[in-house]
Amino acid sequence: MITKETLKHKTLGAILAEYPFTLTFFENNKLHLDGHESSTLADYLQQFDEEAIENWAIDIEKIEGDLFAYIHQMLSFLGIKEETGVDSLTILAGQDKSGQKETFESLTIRKSDIIAIVGPTGSGKSRLLGDIEWTANADTPTRRTILINGELPDKKWRFSSSNKLVAQLSQNMNFVMDLTVGEFIELHAKSRLVENEAEVIAKIIEAANHLAGEKFSLETPVTSLSGGQSRALMIADTAILSTSPIVLIDEIENAGIDRQKALKLLVGEEKIVLMATHDPTLALMADKRIVIKNGGIAKILETTTEEKTVLKKLEKMDAVIRELRADLRAGEHVKGDYEDA
Amino acid sequence: MNLVTVSGPPSSGKTSVILKTIQAVQQRGLKVGVVKFDCLHTDDDVLYAKAGVPVKKGLSGALCPDHFFVSNIEEVVQWGVKQDLDLLVTESAGLCNRCSPYIKEVQAVCVIDNLSGINTPKKIGPMLKSADVVVITKGDIVSQAEREVFASRVSSVNPRAIVMHINGLTGQGAFELSTLLHDGEIDIDTVKGKELRFSMPSALCSYCLGEKRIGDDYQMGNVRKMEMED
Repeated sequence: MITKETLKHKTLGAILAEYPFTLTFFENNKLHLDGHESSTLADYLQQFDEEAIENWAIDIEKIEGDLFAYIHQMLSFLGIKEETGVDSLTILAGQDKSGQKETFESLTIRKSDIIAIVGPTGSGKSRLLGDIEWTANADTPTRRTILINGELPDKKWRFSSSNKLVAQLSQNMNFVMDLTVGEFIELHAKSRLVENEAEVIAKIIEAANHLAGEKFSLETPVTSLSGGQSRALMIADTAILSTSPIVLIDEIENAGIDRQKALKLLVGEEKIVLMATHDPTLALMADKRIVIKNGGIAKILETTTEEKTVLKKLEKMDAVIRELRADLRAGEHVKGDYEDA
Repeated sequence: MNLVTVSGPPSSGKTSVILKTIQAVQQRGLKVGVVKFDCLHTDDDVLYAKAGVPVKKGLSGALCPDHFFVSNIEEVVQWGVKQDLDLLVTESAGLCNRCSPYIKEVQAVCVIDNLSGINTPKKIGPMLKSADVVVITKGDIVSQAEREVFASRVSSVNPRAIVMHINGLTGQGAFELSTLLHDGEIDIDTVKGKELRFSMPSALCSYCLGEKRIGDDYQMGNVRKMEMED
């Protein structure tokens, strides 16, 4: 690892060649390097006069320290990308809001498992998620403990902004950037330092179109996507580009998107999927259901064979509705022969 | 007493984040008070009072709000000491993106929201860049991708800060922030002699003094012109 002192005496050109990601650092800190490639970092920072420092709020000492920290952070991010695998997540019981011990001992969730979380609003679903994200160690109000791969996890999960444990997808989410789908995915890929950008972009748009009822292209502006298309893009992007090993889904509306395929995509990318939902189709697709009451986990139910049969029927009903929708969208009359579908 | 300066752009969710975080601090049996700084108007003091939090507000009016902050912070600290607080939180809005109220050796928290756009981290100066903790809000309404891009932009301008995501509505993440705000080892009874982390800009021109007329004849003092040539 480079020292702060050596970094100061390297030329900007050399820094950029060795650590290409520092370009983002210079750009976001509004440091224009053009024509200064052969100056050392120290010399470059010395050239600002007092007026420039005052006007643009430049803090030279801080920039040196920050650049050093940034390089360190990015290198470790690149380094652990591969080996940081989360194979399992274990929740050790804590207590509910009244201080009663939760009725289970421990729950282990493995890669590619789907778990539903049910319970009324305000019952403690957010807190459970919070415990997981914070890798609680009996130090949150619920006193739960979270283990990763069966062990007390590294504190890096708590404070690292680039290695978040949980990615979230919820009903209220929108795209707020004014970009095309292609530019949007590219921007995300760049922030993740992905090497084979073009390949990843192609993979995401293909997966998203596989989920969406109506197709869209890389040129479509993200703000003009329909609700179903937006959800499809968000899910495909999270499955393929997000580094977070756990995905929390807060309901997926049953319109314009094939939810079963969506879950398969996430599970196929080896994510642990947690779903807060009261939608019967989604809840029954899960292997287990966590029932939350009064801030605590009151029950853990396995989805029974009988429930799986109910699910089959529900899926048929969903398929019928999807077809009716497609007919309407295509400007056709709907056909009346769906009763025995 | 511990002192924490919280600052962030208007409407980024500072008050919601502080209110939710205070709840968690109070549950540890600690006494928390808030001083709210604003420019022309605020009703947030009512919200704090409703939550049972001792509160004072300061309106800067025609003065630069950050200059107003630094001219009053010692009196604010003395108020906190008199109230026998364990934790005093100051809340102020960064209005011009150039200044920040952060003080050396005093915990500094910047609150910024996902909706403000991914170029915002670039636009905000010392208020974001020299904070110890950056809280990102409104994550529940933007996509995962935008949250990740936004957080990575924040890290590129302030790599040493702890970046946290808090939902000001549900309070998700507020408990976690509360664990960082009070340190039993720290005891501040005055900020006299302490220094700001970054100088505040020197903008003393005729307009600061109430001039309304436009034109070179009326511009005096610290005046700078844009470069208009191609």
